[in-house]
Amino acid sequence: MTTKLFGEPVRRREDARLIIGKGRYLDDIGAGALAAAFVRSPHAHARITDVDVEAALDVEGLVAIYTYEDLTGPMAEPLPVLIPHPQLHAPRTGYALANGMVNHVGEPVVMVVATDRYLAEDAAERIVVTYEELPVVVGVDAAREARAVVHEDIPDNVAARHHQETGDVEPTLAASPHTLSFTQYIERSACMPLEGKGVHARWDPDDASLRVHSSTQASTSVRAAIAAKLELSLDRVEVVAPDVGGGFGVKIVHPWPEELLVPMAAIRLGHEVKWAEDRREHFISSAHERQQRQEITVGYDDDGRITALDVHVWHDNGAYTPYGIIVPIVTATQLVGPYALPVYRVVVESVYTNTVIVTPYRGAGRPQGCYAMERTMDRVADALGLDRAEVRRRNLITPDQFPYDHHLTFQDGRPVIYDSGDYPGLLDKLVALVGWDEAAALRADAQARGKLLGVGMALYVEGTGPGPYEGGHVQVLGSGKVLVSTGLTSQGQGHETVFAQIVASELGVSMDDVEVHTGDTRRFGYAVGTFASRAAVMSGNAVALAARGVREKAIRIAAEVLEANPEDLEIDEGLVQVKGTPGASIPLRTVAVLSNPLRYAFDEAAKQATQFAGPGDDSKPPVAPGDAPGLEHRDYYSPIRSTFASGAHAAVVEIDPQTWEIDVVRYAVVHDCGNVVNPMIVEGQVHGGVAQGVGGALYERMAYDADGQLQNASFMDFLMPYASEVPDVVIDHQETPSPLNPLGIKGAGEAGVIPGTAAIASAIEDATGRRIASMPISPTELYDLMRDETAERTAASQQTSLQTGVPA
Amino acid sequence: MKPAPFRYADPRSLEEALDVLAADPGAKVLAGGQSLLPLLAMRLAAPATLVDVNRVPGLDTVEVTGDGVRVGALVRHARLLHDDTAAGVQPLLARATANVAHPAIRNRGTTVGSIAHADPSGEMTSVLALTGGSVTVATPEGRSTVGWQDLFVGPLETSIAGPAVVVDAFFPALPERSGTAFAEIARRKGDYAVCGAGVVVTLDADRRVSAVRASYISVGLVPEVHDLTEAVAGKPVDGADWAAAGALARTLVDPDTDIHASADYRRLLVGVLTERTLTDAAREAAERTAA
Ligand SMILES: Cc1cc2nc3c(=O)[nH]c(=O)nc-3n(C[C@H](O)[C@H](O)[C@H](O)COP(=O)(O)OP(=O)(O)OC[C@H]3O[C@@H](n4cnc5c(N)ncnc54)[C@H](O)[C@@H]3O)c2cc1C
Repeated sequence: MTTKLFGEPVRRREDARLIIGKGRYLDDIGAGALAAAFVRSPHAHARITDVDVEAALDVEGLVAIYTYEDLTGPMAEPLPVLIPHPQLHAPRTGYALANGMVNHVGEPVVMVVATDRYLAEDAAERIVVTYEELPVVVGVDAAREARAVVHEDIPDNVAARHHQETGDVEPTLAASPHTLSFTQYIERSACMPLEGKGVHARWDPDDASLRVHSSTQASTSVRAAIAAKLELSLDRVEVVAPDVGGGFGVKIVHPWPEELLVPMAAIRLGHEVKWAEDRREHFISSAHERQQRQEITVGYDDDGRITALDVHVWHDNGAYTPYGIIVPIVTATQLVGPYALPVYRVVVESVYTNTVIVTPYRGAGRPQGCYAMERTMDRVADALGLDRAEVRRRNLITPDQFPYDHHLTFQDGRPVIYDSGDYPGLLDKLVALVGWDEAAALRADAQARGKLLGVGMALYVEGTGPGPYEGGHVQVLGSGKVLVSTGLTSQGQGHETVFAQIVASELGVSMDDVEVHTGDTRRFGYAVGTFASRAAVMSGNAVALAARGVREKAIRIAAEVLEANPEDLEIDEGLVQVKGTPGASIPLRTVAVLSNPLRYAFDEAAKQATQFAGPGDDSKPPVAPGDAPGLEHRDYYSPIRSTFASGAHAAVVEIDPQTWEIDVVRYAVVHDCGNVVNPMIVEGQVHGGVAQGVGGALYERMAYDADGQLQNASFMDFLMPYASEVPDVVIDHQETPSPLNPLGIKGAGEAGVIPGTAAIASAIEDATGRRIASMPISPTELYDLMRDETAERTAASQQTSLQTGVPA
Repeated sequence: MKPAPFRYADPRSLEEALDVLAADPGAKVLAGGQSLLPLLAMRLAAPATLVDVNRVPGLDTVEVTGDGVRVGALVRHARLLHDDTAAGVQPLLARATANVAHPAIRNRGTTVGSIAHADPSGEMTSVLALTGGSVTVATPEGRSTVGWQDLFVGPLETSIAGPAVVVDAFFPALPERSGTAFAEIARRKGDYAVCGAGVVVTLDADRRVSAVRASYISVGLVPEVHDLTEAVAGKPVDGADWAAAGALARTLVDPDTDIHASADYRRLLVGVLTERTLTDAAREAAERTAA
């Protein structure tokens, strides 16, 4: 086959459009729409005693004001708990507009609609809400101590207690030659897509139908939510995700209050309405992730082999639990990484705080799990005086152990069974790629330049591509154009390119003839969404299956007209031909015309097809039973369980012992996502992930004060790394195909971010000889740690007389 | 994040600008907009009128004389960064503007606007102080010169009241037998500094240290100039203990804690940056002093 595109570094076909400003993002839609703005709670915890809109009424251009009192039917009920779980014993969600209580700064209280956003904000500013402030819970420790409570009827602030164990931990620990116990923390960060959320709704009163655009990762589910909440029939609601300027998880949550309120207002006002989230709103009313306190006990033998691991995680879920306990379950189950742990027990207590909700952010609990496991490996190595790479190697699952069953239950309710992998292979490649064994020389060189150098590594396994399903539709037109559609949405990952590569390869056509549409419920009604590194696995396989269906039909029809055996036919460059017999062929586009017995000769394609059209068999109907007109096929891919990708990262850091600035000078990644559809796109995903990993390790945090005010709710003070802060990344690939899906692929979307915090913490610890047990870490914090006489030192630092003088 | 309503005026002369400012006590000058517009968008400021001075003629000049550099109100940071003639007379101008934000912001933001804004995290407020500079203020009553000591009253607050346009800032020339240096530490490249330092070292004819002055960024409420001479006075330039000057500086400053750095950490950086910049400035001073 000459049209082999699968596996090629094809350039992203969407880039030209997006880069020159031809993208169509939410705020590009509906220039004539009314604008919505929100009055949001300025308090972290308060009772609303009065809402006075009087002063706003004479703002010119004001169209409507909605408070909780204006909500009716299902809209007046709490927002749904999307993913209930038996261990989420005390789920709580907010209301579309606050119903008498606010539980975090930023919660929507009043919606204002005006002729433009400026006027809507003018009116919003004049609305006076009176609050009675209540005690505030900020941070996982305060929630745990429960001196104040978030929800009156939950006195311990605990929303869920999630528990899994694979054996008897206590006796195994007691029998272990060594044990170690420690506590560590990881802070909040957030997805921070450059485009915030946004919703545009248009109601057609004559047709009684609603068309909604939302900057979402799950248009089909937003559609179902709107239909349910606004009591509309599903066929009267269409939801389209236009170009979406990043999601990283926050846009998978649905329905956001605004996704319901904007359509509600559009229907009531009979006019299109739009809301485009601004940056401050995004900080205080979308979602964050990552804060956990982790209490870990590990048992191990003299060789550093782990005998038992016991982990107790306190997970901050913010004010509400609309997304269930997905993030803590992912932490609990993905923590085990590439290691064979004889006995593992994990308890996660998910607690309420008066802060923004916690829902998946790229990695979705895995960075925390990786941080727990990998820092445990570092501690064991340090305690035994062994090389950190060696201790890891001794605990790895070996290639002959697949499929490897951890006897845990994953977020999708399915068993955690690793399908394939080669973890020792990853580690060997990483050690070579980063120059792990030359660390001593690097350190000496840095010391000569007055710098402290450290190396760190972290390995991970990532369950990707969970079900339940994703679908694909492929249709060949008489023009030769191939239309591909999947309901799954896109946020700039390159789906247009990758799905086109897959379909072009499967069908044997040129990629230029393939057009891909995603996330539009008008084209595809059944879909799950883009999250959990699932697009390539789920929709990739679905469009491949759909393309195979089209191919089969095309060959069947062509075989009839060419009077050939279907087995002897192939499709290449858009031509169906008899293998090895040049000339005996028919263009695929002509097959498409022939597939429809109704052929008016509108165009050349139809005219050309006539030469192939036989007289037909009078004894049979033109469309045979079970057949359908048209050259198209729809298919679904539904996996038995997730497929497990893996990788290993290493960071080399240099620290200035005068200013405690931390510089990541080298960052190495070995990545295994099974068969790679497009290595350039996979590397791009890794680069972006590493940038977020570096951000989470060294720059980003949500600086809440004790009153629950977010003090850095802007890009000036929330330090997302610039390109200048992100190190060059060197990448090596390993391809261990998945046996679970037709294409043998595994997800790659989140991987890059997972090990960053763990690897960088390890490198800083290696450089400074001080135990790093709280991440992220900034220079000012490192300075405090270095001059703290009581700070724990690593055993390695005492043996190697690491000099880290702090000026008096 | 949309500004509250405001009127907009774009006067074509200084007189007209002052007239509009005089007519409306709630009016504010708009220069590059790089500080003012974010404040408006966040509704932290809501001036009734914006007086956009970008079309006022005569404010976009850089005058370089032996005495110093006079920078007009519409001169952007980027221009000073690349003005070798100005840097020849006062090297701190290019050295400091290199640390102001990112190219896009330097292309719009004005140096005079930065001084009028009086942000103690701004580089150019500190450079005005360190060089002993002044600004020319135009009011309906006429023009006056305000020295830096009388200008900065508090964070984001100057002594200029009533209808006024700062028409230029004057940075005196680097004295003879002197060298300068500027350095800062920011969390990310181009961010406002966690701590920055500008220094001037002056030698006597025998290449001994005769004066050392330093001014810091993001340390304290208003720009200050600290005299560090006593730590190294009379020492030969090659043998001076710049660390001692750094140690002295640490005792003189009174930094604050914010979410990016503790006061202690800023004090640490004052010491380190003082020593580093003085080392560089002394080398330059030595080069400029005949042996
Ligand atoms: C992302 C970002 C990063 C930045 N980083 C830095 C940094 O690292 N260091 C730094 O120093 N600055 C930084 N700035 C600010 C930038 O330097 C501004 O340009 C400068 O502070 C103000 O200049 P402007 O011309 O933009 O003034 P404007 O924003 O137009 O005005 C600022 C204030 O000064 C007043 N004003 C301006 N000109 C006059 C005048 N001629 N007469 C009277 N009043 C006047 C205005 O009324 C207003 O109150 C940053 C800005 C941004 C957006």
